[in-house]
Amino acid sequence: MEKVLRDPKAVLVFVGPALLVYALVLLIPIVWSIGYTFFEGSAISGFTFVGFANFVRLMQDRRFWNALWFSTKYMLVVSSGQVLLGLLLALLFHFYLKRASSVVRTLVFFPVVLPTVAVAAIFSKLFAIAPQYGIVNAVLELFGLQAVSWLGRGTTAFWVLAIMDIWRAMGFYAVLLYAGLVDIPGDILEAASLDGAKGWRLVQFIVLPLLVPLLISSLIFSMNGTLKVFDSVLALTNGGPGQATTPLTLYMYRASFQNNQYGYGSTVALMLTLYCLLVSLLAFRFARRDVA
Amino acid sequence: MFNLRNSFVPRLMLLIAVVALLAACGSASPGTSSTGASPGASPASSGSAAASEAASPPAAASAATGEPVTIRYLTPGQETEGLESVISTLSKSYTEQHPNVTYEHEVAPQTDLIQRVQLLAGSNNLPTMFAYESGAPLLPLIEAKKVLDVEKTFTELGIFDQLNPATVALLKSLVNDQGLYAIPVELNIEGFWYNKKLFADNGLQEPKTWDELLQVAEALHAKGIQPFSASGQQGWPLTRLINGYAIRKYGPDVMERVAQGELKLTDPGFIEAAKIVQDMGTKGYFGEGVATIDYDTAVDQFLQGTAAMLYMGSWELRTFNDPARNQIGAENVGLFNIPTVDGGAGTADAWSMNAGLTRSFSQAAYDANPQAVGDWIKGVFSQYGQQAADAGLVTGFTVANPPTNQPELTKMVVQQIAGAKTGVLWFEARFDPEATTLSQTNAALLATGDMTPEQFMTDLQQALDS
Repeated sequence: MEKVLRDPKAVLVFVGPALLVYALVLLIPIVWSIGYTFFEGSAISGFTFVGFANFVRLMQDRRFWNALWFSTKYMLVVSSGQVLLGLLLALLFHFYLKRASSVVRTLVFFPVVLPTVAVAAIFSKLFAIAPQYGIVNAVLELFGLQAVSWLGRGTTAFWVLAIMDIWRAMGFYAVLLYAGLVDIPGDILEAASLDGAKGWRLVQFIVLPLLVPLLISSLIFSMNGTLKVFDSVLALTNGGPGQATTPLTLYMYRASFQNNQYGYGSTVALMLTLYCLLVSLLAFRFARRDVA
Repeated sequence: MFNLRNSFVPRLMLLIAVVALLAACGSASPGTSSTGASPGASPASSGSAAASEAASPPAAASAATGEPVTIRYLTPGQETEGLESVISTLSKSYTEQHPNVTYEHEVAPQTDLIQRVQLLAGSNNLPTMFAYESGAPLLPLIEAKKVLDVEKTFTELGIFDQLNPATVALLKSLVNDQGLYAIPVELNIEGFWYNKKLFADNGLQEPKTWDELLQVAEALHAKGIQPFSASGQQGWPLTRLINGYAIRKYGPDVMERVAQGELKLTDPGFIEAAKIVQDMGTKGYFGEGVATIDYDTAVDQFLQGTAAMLYMGSWELRTFNDPARNQIGAENVGLFNIPTVDGGAGTADAWSMNAGLTRSFSQAAYDANPQAVGDWIKGVFSQYGQQAADAGLVTGFTVANPPTNQPELTKMVVQQIAGAKTGVLWFEARFDPEATTLSQTNAALLATGDMTPEQFMTDLQQALDS
């Protein structure tokens, strides 16, 4: 077998088709898209070379900076929420529910397999103000409070979106981290508790340090997902009201496919790619120092 | 383990991989529903439009010899609904007589329509006929010679007199008088639809001026009745109000003057218009949560009697005439034109009118089979106006025998259209896609008071200038 794998021709046969598909559907479009950043136009009217005009426009575009800020804010809030709540749930499964946790685990994992559009439809009804109050506003009214147009205001719409995406994904991270917790040898925990580490101290000094590699992976997973969020925003708020909940992905989509500015859309896409790369690099650096 | 070196196995595997890949790339099958009578027509359908430009002379002969021809039609409407059912019924009766012609009805969601058509145009694969917006988005297609000159073709086919001259003029003005490249399969008039019973119960009259309109709204609001329903999610029902005020203040050609740079959106009249719409929103005239209200909810609020007025186009006549959705009763629905502004240049005889989503034809698909496609166009559109009118639709086609059994509301709309002296276009008709998106997404912010009228207009003017 080893002999086969050392043969360059055999390697080409095994890797070649996958590499070809990868290049066709990923690499070529990326390079193509970078090329478009120096052009402006559309498939119908043709493209004209504009030099760095798209980049200059990007720097001066208030809506681009708004979208970048939204993406950052959303990544920070949602990723930390997903991983933190996932961790708390995992601790709950392992230390309190123990063997009885399977039902709860299934329930918490359930939103992960639901289609985003369905989840968004549920949340838009929960937080609705018109044509009739959703459950949240009905409860507020019950306590004599003023109903709120949750999805009609930028700040509240952001939080509804964040709550929805945290709820949707925390079950996934809970299961992931639970697997890590199960892996921690029982004798270490036993020894620690004999030494007097109990409750929060046990978690702080024994469990968390042993979970760090998995926590970092979860964070990288989550940040990559939240930075590229598209479907949940499109389904819940469509980027509105105004531009209040428009992430870079939606802004790029609008520029390219709605406004027909493929060059400018590609420039936004390039910025998003660079930003993802930067966040991943930072996370990796952070991870290596910690794991080592 | 056998040695793979010098064996034909790797080469065979590579060959299989490449063949599989090519097969996957080649089998792009469009999601169409074929309704044609000719069983042998489908192989020709996939390649006909793509290869059209090169294949023009031999393909032209195909109609005469009865070779298979496929008419592809892309639209957001379902085949059994409204005007689509008229087109489809006429097409089917045509294909029954011409078995070599296949008719394919392809549905694209309205939100994706513009993008789909642009991509198809870019890859030279436009369907024979397609629904499209008749304003600014059509211009690049005309310049790239992708769409058929309807005036020329319809004249050649002898059916140009089927089109209503006023509507033709309206469609031409939308594309800066470059010609006629779309057909008006519908014709709409816009205005304030109101609940006659609610008005009568509260002793209110149809308002003639904006001041009166606001007084009526205030009177209703004071009694706990929501004066207007409007979809902030769509945005355009709100920008139509800004437009309404502006055309009464500056005159019906106001947006044309903005397009030509004579007027700026930051001029005091426009700020005043935006301010009025904002005040209507912050005073609660649109009800709670206007930013989250979608199109159907807005219509239903009016038809269920929770809102007294609805600014809407007559394309919703079908819903108004549907007793299942219209719970206030068609007899209780009234229509008044946008009221005038004191001291303004606009008069009450100008109506906001449009041809909705028009239909255009692919130049390439026509050139591939001028005889067959032309014959089909003639077969369908020489009868469309009459058939559509009989089905209760209002179109930009002439109708020789006006139907006698039309619902009262439809009759009223037909009369209003006939009596309109000037047609006015909608707010974004001359905007490019970027300014249109901006206008319609920011409208909700304006109505909720989260954006100042000055900011709203300044942003829009900047988008127009760039």
